[in-house]
Amino acid sequence: MNRLAPSRATRWVIAILVGAFFVVPMLSTLLYTLRDGDGFSLVHWTALLDPAKASLYAPIWAGLGNSLVLAAVTVAIVLFLLAPTMILVHLRFPRLRPGFEFLVLLPISIPAIVLVVGLAPIYQQLGRMLGTGAWTLAFAYGITVLPFAYRAIQASIDAVDIRTLTEAARSLGAGWGAVLLRVIAPNLRSGLLAASLISVAVVLGEFTIASLLNRQVFQTALLVVKNTDGYAAAVFTLLALAFAFALLIAIGLAGRARSGKAAS
Amino acid sequence: MTTVTHVPAGAERTAPPRRGVRSWAWIGLIPFLAYVVLFLALPTVLALASGLFTRDGSFTLDNLAALGDPVILGTFWNSTWLSLLTAVAGAVAGALVCYAMLGLSDTGVVRTAVDAAAGVFAQFGGVMLAFAFIATIGLQGVVTRLLAGIGIDLFADGPWIYELPGLILPYIFFQIPLMVITFMPALTALKPQWAEANLTLGGTRGTFWTRIGIPVLAPSFLACTLLLFANAFSSYATAAALASQGSQIVPLQIRTALTSETVLGRENLAGALALGMIVVVGVVMALYSLIERRAARWRG
Repeated sequence: MNRLAPSRATRWVIAILVGAFFVVPMLSTLLYTLRDGDGFSLVHWTALLDPAKASLYAPIWAGLGNSLVLAAVTVAIVLFLLAPTMILVHLRFPRLRPGFEFLVLLPISIPAIVLVVGLAPIYQQLGRMLGTGAWTLAFAYGITVLPFAYRAIQASIDAVDIRTLTEAARSLGAGWGAVLLRVIAPNLRSGLLAASLISVAVVLGEFTIASLLNRQVFQTALLVVKNTDGYAAAVFTLLALAFAFALLIAIGLAGRARSGKAAS
Repeated sequence: MTTVTHVPAGAERTAPPRRGVRSWAWIGLIPFLAYVVLFLALPTVLALASGLFTRDGSFTLDNLAALGDPVILGTFWNSTWLSLLTAVAGAVAGALVCYAMLGLSDTGVVRTAVDAAAGVFAQFGGVMLAFAFIATIGLQGVVTRLLAGIGIDLFADGPWIYELPGLILPYIFFQIPLMVITFMPALTALKPQWAEANLTLGGTRGTFWTRIGIPVLAPSFLACTLLLFANAFSSYATAAALASQGSQIVPLQIRTALTSETVLGRENLAGALALGMIVVVGVVMALYSLIERRAARWRG
């Protein structure tokens, strides 16, 4: 028993006071979407599937499609660019680790709104080379997810003795490709999964860069639709927050599986 | 690499002498490095440099002078007090939540749910938080109507929800969860043995917190408050969604500068504002890591 822990009553008072601050806006948003004249109904929720209103909500579906493509490309950057580099630094250049860590955590200290000022001219050039497809934003998103993805993967790397595993595999004659894919990657499974999920959540919630570079993504589309139909925007807000919550619960459970394994 | 021959024999033995492989390994770092240079270093440098050069490329301090403009100073002041207010409020409430969760199992249902909710609200909300607050205390919000039903007019002084004061509640809404995420490790690192030592020496629960707990946690608390300040200062999405026009805070001023050719009769104002902003956030974050390093000492 932890002697520092507060009494049950204190715990409840804090939970109720601070909890109310979070529950009231969420509950209000739910009630808001159920509004129908002076009564309540599901009319704003069923409207999402109404073909007559499809054109009204088209921006959201298009934005969501773009955001999902962006999420996929960003996850690819995390898994195939960040993760191998982290493993390489861990195995071959451990002395570079403090510098590497400083580099990947740097995006926390550089506001997205500042980054976007410098990204604008870069994306002008990029637009000429790769076109102005929304997917190119993934290069910028890869940077914004770096700190989150790094922490998730590094936790896994620290929990597993990769160096010994690698030496064992190498001495048994495995090539570097086999070591990476069949020895290291499976052992970092939970970290790679958490990094991917958190990247998806960050990309789906990103607004600043997309909005100021004039790309259509889920969040910018929400703002467009909100101006014509505030109820639909509120419905999608609830759905998106619930989805992000489920993603993070999954990350929590993945982390729990890892710590459980480490303890046994 | 002629220096390799000067490496003492002892070092040769600890690092396997596979020079061929070693030189190849360096190449593996290049793709990531190139990526970070192109999409992190270059934009940052471009953003900062654009404040120091005119459109035809000659160096000027003229744009920086814009930072002394009363209008710009006003937005910096607005950003500062908004960030300070919400950082302190968020830090106090967030620390209370951490305290309430002390002693709960790391992997329990409550911790898992609170951690996930904190992550959602602190990092992915942005635009959606603005909508939630419009649905709650907007002109047609649920709470607004409820209060109107009992004779209280939230907007007797005008529609403040779409102005600067309207940002306070949504900002606190994402500051509290960030505090929970960043402050929880410090609180869980408090050792129960200290409480036992305190009791053995005749202390009470009260003396534990005033003599041990609070002094030990103070640096962490201060560091987290600084992080919250930087977080609010750089936040854009919530403000952009709530205040579709106007430029009451620095990020919104940057939006105005980016989307219109000249503001206050100046070009490249966005760059100067970005420079001002990164100075503020940079100083705050440097202080944060300084204090955080000091605070981490007793955690071990």
